[in-house]
Amino acid sequence: MAYALQQLINGVSLGMIYGLIALGYTMVYGIIGMINFAHGDVFMVGAFISLITMLLLGLGGGAAGPGALLLVLLAAMAATALYGYTVERVAYRPLRGSFRLAPLISAIGMSILLQNYVQVAQGARSKPIEAPVPGGITLMESAGFTVQLSYVQILIVVLTLAVLAGFTVLVTRTPLGRAMRACEQDRKMAALLGIDTDRVISLTFIIGAALAAVAGCLYLLRYGVIDFYIGFLAGVKAFTAAVLGGIGSLPGAVLGGLLIGLIETFWSAYFSAQYKDVAAFGILILTLIFMPTGLLGRTEVEKV
Amino acid sequence: MLTRRLLLGATASTLALPALAQNRTPIKIACAGPMTGSNAAAGDQMKTGALQAVADIIARGGVLGRQLALSIEDDACDPRQAVSVANKLAGQRVALVAGHYCSGSSIPASAVYREEGVLQISPASTNPKYTDEGGWNTFRVCGRDDQQGMVAGTYIARTLRDKRVALLHDNSAYGKGLADETKKAMNAAGKQEILYTAYTAGESDYNALVSRLKQERIEVIYLGGYYREAGLIIRQAKEQGLNATLIGGDALVTNEFWGISGAAGEGSLMTFSSDPRKRATAAAVVRAFRARNVDPEGYVLYTYGAVQIWAAAAEKIRSVDARKVADALKRQGPWNSVLGSTAFTPKGDVTVPDYVFYVWRNGTYAEM
Repeated sequence: MAYALQQLINGVSLGMIYGLIALGYTMVYGIIGMINFAHGDVFMVGAFISLITMLLLGLGGGAAGPGALLLVLLAAMAATALYGYTVERVAYRPLRGSFRLAPLISAIGMSILLQNYVQVAQGARSKPIEAPVPGGITLMESAGFTVQLSYVQILIVVLTLAVLAGFTVLVTRTPLGRAMRACEQDRKMAALLGIDTDRVISLTFIIGAALAAVAGCLYLLRYGVIDFYIGFLAGVKAFTAAVLGGIGSLPGAVLGGLLIGLIETFWSAYFSAQYKDVAAFGILILTLIFMPTGLLGRTEVEKV
Repeated sequence: MLTRRLLLGATASTLALPALAQNRTPIKIACAGPMTGSNAAAGDQMKTGALQAVADIIARGGVLGRQLALSIEDDACDPRQAVSVANKLAGQRVALVAGHYCSGSSIPASAVYREEGVLQISPASTNPKYTDEGGWNTFRVCGRDDQQGMVAGTYIARTLRDKRVALLHDNSAYGKGLADETKKAMNAAGKQEILYTAYTAGESDYNALVSRLKQERIEVIYLGGYYREAGLIIRQAKEQGLNATLIGGDALVTNEFWGISGAAGEGSLMTFSSDPRKRATAAAVVRAFRARNVDPEGYVLYTYGAVQIWAAAAEKIRSVDARKVADALKRQGPWNSVLGSTAFTPKGDVTVPDYVFYVWRNGTYAEM
């Protein structure tokens, strides 16, 4: 019982990070129908910027106050958003209107570029820091097994849900959200009605990158070790989460992330840690066979 | 095949001629290892050692009166990249490859080198297969996992008899080989493990595995794998309140391990050859390194020694022909180098492996 609870905590905190990255995939897909394969690497850049800001503030060696962490988070979001904007401006906008696969290939190129750029600029070695948010609470103890819930895990869950709520409000209640939904439904018509679609798309990328930065920052706080390659695996998992939850749906992304995290964790907990990815992807395939649009995805209506 | 014979013939005929033309062209040698990727720290050590060895040999007049040209190649510990590096080096007809690092790279690369007549001395690959299934061209100046596993397994069975032990590995040639050899030695000494399982290298979240270890009340974790995952697993174990002792292999002998594990790495044990930095034969070289503010830790001196031993053998038989040098290495030893006096078995292993335990205390490691 205690064991299952501990694994549940592990799975939820892992899944929330996947979900946070998946939000970025799903937003971009929702608006321009393109998979931004560089998103995982934008996440990695976000983690690096968090690390650099932390070291600049002299936080590398241990516990940090909430004010300093907020500053790190905001700095990472701002700088990563700039990367997101640049990526869109350089690699995707010139290809808008060309055939469907062109921006996809450009995105893969961008992903390789970002990885190599960070590798050259920051070195290939793993970058460790001491836990900036140490400690946690012991939830329960039974038969010598203590269930630990660390403060970082609480932070991850709270922040992810807050971000999800914030963006749901943004998309459903604000003028920008209305413009985003208009672009999603029919970009040409939206443009005819006076919406600056390029600006809306740019903003979507900026928001997506800022979300990736939040995920990157949390990842750094949680694991304390990053390298230039973390974006690949995290990107693949988050993309899977977005597809599982129904790509284009905001709650779907977080739900998908949560499911992938839980499946991986519980598979390693009760079966073999070696085949957890097989389990996660197996469930993805099963889901897609019976629900081709994912768990919360809407069926696309073919417009005539 | 025909071209190879022609090449061999050409090499042989140049050797037969007086050393007139040879003096001008440098002898090409290479150091191959993970210069990038998660084991880049080890690659960096190899590079440091190889560069210094070549510089020192040139300063003393080169090999057979010729200069040495060293190329550094990156295999990122990826078996496929290792094979393409091997093909590239074979194409350049290097006389020696000091490398690779990961057993998973060294083994496939050695097949290419064997085909193409290149001598390979690994400073770090400890998987038994490397020399067991290798040919005339495979050598190593480090020990073997079965010897390493024997030391670790026996230690666990004797000293930690009453502890609950888990064996983990990362499914790599090195990691699984090491864990299996340790398991074999431990079981033979009459101790059973509680858990034997694999993990996936390259991830960051091992909390599920750690909780499982906690559930099984594991007190000793034997880990066959590399320092990144070892550091993460012990770090996450301490975070979850699991106070187990980590025991690992030679891959944990790098300050990067402590960088990742932090204070959680305190008391971790690993098997490694007795510190080459402390050997009398290495004193002068170690002083030279320290004067440049380089700590010749881990594989620096092993790589240095590999190059040095090759140079000594080539000098002795007045030839850099790979087959002749290989033959001489096995028959005409022992060879003096920074590593002390080294002789090779007919398979290409060192005759006297000396694994001892090291322990991490306060961010530095020392012999136990």
